[in-house]
Amino acid sequence: MAAIHKSKAIDPNLFHWPAADPALLASRCTSCSGIAFPVGPSCTRCGSTSVETVELPRKGRLWTWTIQRFMPKSPYLSSETEATFKPFGIGYVELPGTVRIATRLMENDPGKLRFGADMELAIYTHRVEADGTHIMNYAFKPASAA
Amino acid sequence: MKDRVAIIGIGIHPFGRTPGRTGLQQGIYAARQALRDAGVEWKDMQFGYGGSYSSGNADALGNELGLTGAPFTNILNACATGGSSLLAACKDILSGSADMGLVVGFDKHDRGAFNPHPSEYGLGDWYGEAGLMVTTQFFAMKLKRYMHDHGISVDALARVAEKAFDNGALNPNAWRRTPIGRDEIKNSTMVNDPLTKYMFCSPAEGGVALVVCRGEIAHRYQKHPVYVRAAVMRTRLAGTFEVYGTSASLEDVPNASERASRAAYELAGVGPDDVDVAALQDTEAGAEIMHMAENGFCRHGEQERMLRDGDTRINGRLPINTDGGCLANGEPIGASGLRQIHEIALQLRGQAGGRQVPGDPRIGYTHVYGAPGISAVSILER
Repeated sequence: MAAIHKSKAIDPNLFHWPAADPALLASRCTSCSGIAFPVGPSCTRCGSTSVETVELPRKGRLWTWTIQRFMPKSPYLSSETEATFKPFGIGYVELPGTVRIATRLMENDPGKLRFGADMELAIYTHRVEADGTHIMNYAFKPASAA
Repeated sequence: MKDRVAIIGIGIHPFGRTPGRTGLQQGIYAARQALRDAGVEWKDMQFGYGGSYSSGNADALGNELGLTGAPFTNILNACATGGSSLLAACKDILSGSADMGLVVGFDKHDRGAFNPHPSEYGLGDWYGEAGLMVTTQFFAMKLKRYMHDHGISVDALARVAEKAFDNGALNPNAWRRTPIGRDEIKNSTMVNDPLTKYMFCSPAEGGVALVVCRGEIAHRYQKHPVYVRAAVMRTRLAGTFEVYGTSASLEDVPNASERASRAAYELAGVGPDDVDVAALQDTEAGAEIMHMAENGFCRHGEQERMLRDGDTRINGRLPINTDGGCLANGEPIGASGLRQIHEIALQLRGQAGGRQVPGDPRIGYTHVYGAPGISAVSILER
């Protein structure tokens, strides 16, 4: 997924970017093994500052979801206007052996979302800055049939 | 803490929209009413605790009520602002450092959803920019999963909202006082699936105040004192599925409401079966359903039958949100938790008029839940 335009991650603590095969990043505690997304300076479970950055699985299962039908107020920041806003899906995806992660979904039709559905990570352009820089965010989409 | 802290005065400014009156003025209105109800004066207050989210410092009411020099602490703790204020007041009285004081909460919010900033919660800007910092999403996602796991129907959601508006119609201080039928509730605009417009409460305005005192002296001031048997507040544990959570653990962890509830029952020495009337956070219709089980009033999934049977209506087995709850009153954050306590006190005093719970209720229960995973519970007894 090589970028043809200038792009950067919406936040460096979420995933490596640019990257050929990006993965979400989490902090794993070397004391209590607690895992939390995104990367943070210490463990949210035990407070230890001895944490390492680990990659989260790229595939998981849909645990719950809803559709955001109105355009959120600030601090929402996208390239949309009230007129161009399109409802988007959000959900929690269970990533095996790690966490349930809060995420936008690339699908906004509730009829196409199912509990336990296979989902995969997608990095998408969330907005374009005035200088043309693409601000990249993570989302999950229904996994393509193998 | 049996009989050691009493609520002897209650006051409320009508909820909803009051153009031309600030949030602070609504708090002052409620404070004057609470003082009158207890037959005491502002200068008798040895302390004050209170807060608002959008309407400034609660101690500013001294500018109108009089600058007495007494300690007043402004409290801001999201949906638990009222519960935390009551808890602080109880501690002052239990410690013996004061005999009597005021608890107050008020607010006046703009229309539309709240728009908090991620940094206020220790989150990165990305979380808000990406469109995840919307509380209604959390409630919808939690509910969606709950309905799937425990067999709750959309009809049950509509029954909760229908009851709220029916109860609101009986409450002169409520904002929404017109009954709305189940079909209209179900068919109103979808906001966050499965929740429609009439299944959500809205930010609003209002003010509530309480005068509290040592239990031993309560009868000097009030024929119908209401005793605080428990006032508890809890925050989230690591890994819990709560509002503004970027990730949660794969296994379910007891949430803030469940833990606050258990601690309150233990402190009060009573159980859910002893409760005669309850107020549960109903920021949306599904929240009331989930909170029924989280607060011990039923098993998960039993709500479907209870709602069909009318168990939670005013004349039911366990009346819930008899004043219309957040759905009919809106949510002025600083005042909302104290509104529950005001309503339960009114019910226990037998003064709730057209919405009075029959059978002389003796024990009442209040519960709030809010961002970022906090809950306050109180148990009251006459």
